[in-house]
Amino acid sequence: MAPVAPSSQPWVEKYRPKQVKDVAHQDEVVRVLTNTLETSNCPHMLFYGPPGTGKTTTALAIAHQLYGPEMYKSRVLELNASDDRGINVVRTKIKDFAAVAVGSGSRQGGYPCPPYKIIILDEADSMTEDAQNALRRTMETYSKVTRFFFICNYISRIIEPLASRCAKFRFKPLSEEIMSNRILHICKAEGLTLDSEALSTLSSISQGDLRRAITYLQSAARLFGSTISTKDLISVSGVIPQDVVQSLFMACKSGDFDVADKEVSNIIAEGYPVSQMLSQLLEVIVNADKISDEQKARICKKLGESDKCLIDGADEYLQLMDVACHAMRALCNMPEELHFS
Amino acid sequence: MLWVDKYRPRTLDKVIVHEEIAGNIRKLVSEQDCPHLLFYGPPGSGKKTLIMALLKQMFGPGSEKVKLENKMWKINAGTRTIELELTMLSSTHHVELNPSDAGFQDRYIVQEIIKEMARNRPIDTKGKKGYKVLVLNEVDKLSREAQHSLRRTMEKYSASCRLILCCNSSSKVTEAVRSRCLNIRVNAPTEEQIIKVLEFIGKKENLQLPPGFTARIAAQSNRSLRRAILSLETCRVQQYPFTANQAVPPMDWEQYISEIASDIIMEQSPKRLFMVRGKLYELLVNCIPPEIILKKLLSELLKKLDSELKHEVCHWAAYYEHRMRLGQKAIFHIEAFVAKFMSIYKGFLIATFS
Ligand SMILES: Nc1ncnc2c1ncn2[C@@H]1O[C@H](COP(=O)(O)OP(=O)(O)OP(=O)(O)O)[C@@H](O)[C@H]1O
Ligand SMILES: Nc1ncnc2c1ncn2[C@@H]1O[C@H](COP(=O)(O)OP(=O)(O)OP(=O)(O)O)[C@@H](O)[C@H]1O
Ligand SMILES: [Mg+2]
Ligand SMILES: [Mg+2]
Repeated sequence: MAPVAPSSQPWVEKYRPKQVKDVAHQDEVVRVLTNTLETSNCPHMLFYGPPGTGKTTTALAIAHQLYGPEMYKSRVLELNASDDRGINVVRTKIKDFAAVAVGSGSRQGGYPCPPYKIIILDEADSMTEDAQNALRRTMETYSKVTRFFFICNYISRIIEPLASRCAKFRFKPLSEEIMSNRILHICKAEGLTLDSEALSTLSSISQGDLRRAITYLQSAARLFGSTISTKDLISVSGVIPQDVVQSLFMACKSGDFDVADKEVSNIIAEGYPVSQMLSQLLEVIVNADKISDEQKARICKKLGESDKCLIDGADEYLQLMDVACHAMRALCNMPEELHFS
Repeated sequence: MLWVDKYRPRTLDKVIVHEEIAGNIRKLVSEQDCPHLLFYGPPGSGKKTLIMALLKQMFGPGSEKVKLENKMWKINAGTRTIELELTMLSSTHHVELNPSDAGFQDRYIVQEIIKEMARNRPIDTKGKKGYKVLVLNEVDKLSREAQHSLRRTMEKYSASCRLILCCNSSSKVTEAVRSRCLNIRVNAPTEEQIIKVLEFIGKKENLQLPPGFTARIAAQSNRSLRRAILSLETCRVQQYPFTANQAVPPMDWEQYISEIASDIIMEQSPKRLFMVRGKLYELLVNCIPPEIILKKLLSELLKKLDSELKHEVCHWAAYYEHRMRLGQKAIFHIEAFVAKFMSIYKGFLIATFS
């Protein structure tokens, strides 16, 4: 890829740390990798954790720091879910790359250049089980000359034999404090002002996902100029306004089907994502004081079921209606199912 | 040309509804470093219109010189070569496609096309944008694999290729993809806004609009602007000059579903179920999407029910629609819903009247 003027990159890329030591909040992995830079020793690695916590960043940074721009191409193979990584690719492309011998370890151009190659398998949780199984042998056979870095969101999708061969690092969601530091750093570089309320709002709505925080920040900066308020951030974040959630909750409390139907139809027409609605509704219900634990439990159970249905691709209107119906029945102490005497 | 196309605003400053969003978008693209965008909102709310106006804002009139082509893709998938045919709309600055048209092979489309676009990066001459835009429609219908494939690609090629994603329901787009975009919600216009657009069109077409006529069309439109404009044009064809109480005809498939609902309420028996199934088939072969059929049927049935039954019926509609997603043949699930409804309704009638 040709080098590009930095200005045409979105901020998430512009502010992607280039060095392992700049990765925030993931102390354990940073310590291990800093050690690697000194001793050139490196186990197979498995990075897992939620989006936007620095997994890809860390893997790319270490690879660049180990080999430098000259050797990077010949020593590092980066494959992600956008590449075909079916079983055939594992048997051919990956194996071929892994098998290539490398010269003895000697520093080149100021980079450690250890005597092994690195294969980064980003988004490894989308690899089929067959493909993962096919990797086992390759990993073992060529472990002298090749290190594998697996990156995924869900560690449970990586088969045990692979996972057990790796040093595992969990990437934690970024704490609000660390997130704030990073955001302030960007604000300074871009000449933005953010008051402390807006800063804490941004940290909390991004829920530990720094990528999201940076995207919101850039969007708000473009839309509302260089002074950014809490309101601006909320409006770019897609969080549903609290009064919309409240009026659905009140409609459910009223037990009146037609009122609830109207609320739900309105939510759909306004285009609010129902999955987001479910999580905000959960918050309201859990914190409500005038309803019993049993009622809360009944509603929460349904929220969980509907969330799963949405992931399966079910219709948003019908699922939200179903939740509303269950909530109405629970809140008005109607039986869970209809029985005719 | 249909009015929906004729009166589609071409530029961001000509939009009649969503003025605020249009203003925001203009600010967003004023710099080169605009993030990927995800437009979401109900059908007919104006997403496509905004996207087209946005492209024009970015690239000038060049973005309107589009050509439609049927492109064959040969994709090397290890042992075999997959051939896929896909319709795409492209200008020198952008490409638009519906990757979900490739069905379960959609992943290959996403993988191949973005890479090809990234390779053919436009040269930055005369201050033109140094990136191309890829518009992907109906991303909520993309398979999970295809959505996963998008993730790293969106980051890796972000300098050479900007993505504009468009969908109805953003719940169906994975968190990882959403977190890589600026999400733009395009709400359905309110009835007042729809009336404004209808009156604008009326003026341009020199129509005499009786008082309250546009309001009735808007009320029947389900807040879909496209539908309202289509209705107005249909009315114009059916009878002009308009009369004060001229009927706004419902879509014929909606009429048909409303009849099915009456059939179900009138009799609950295997024989009736069989008859209803024939009618449902009729709708399906006419390409009415099954979830639309189910939702419309539910709403027609609800109109005829006592409130104590409504909760129950609603639940089963959601239940069977979900099963329909997991299953293969829509007819089974719609029919199962009808059978379930009949059994509930009959139970209710017996308990109440005997
Ligand atoms: N720990 C961190 N320190 C500094 N910046 C970070 C960190 N985590 C994320 N970022 C910022 O967020 C962006 C995305 O991070 P990255 O690509 O590493 O996420 P990821 O963990 O790979 O997420 P995903 O699971 O979605 O692929 C980076 O470009 C960087 O700007
Ligand atoms: N901002 C607007 N001002 C005036 N008219 C508009 C506006 N947006 C849309 N319209 C009209 O509404 C019609 C439907 O809009 P559009 O095709 O953009 O909807 P959409 O959101 O893409 O729908 P779908 O999800 O069904 O594809 C357009 O053909 C146009 O005539
Ligand atoms: Mg990543
Ligand atoms: Mg459209």
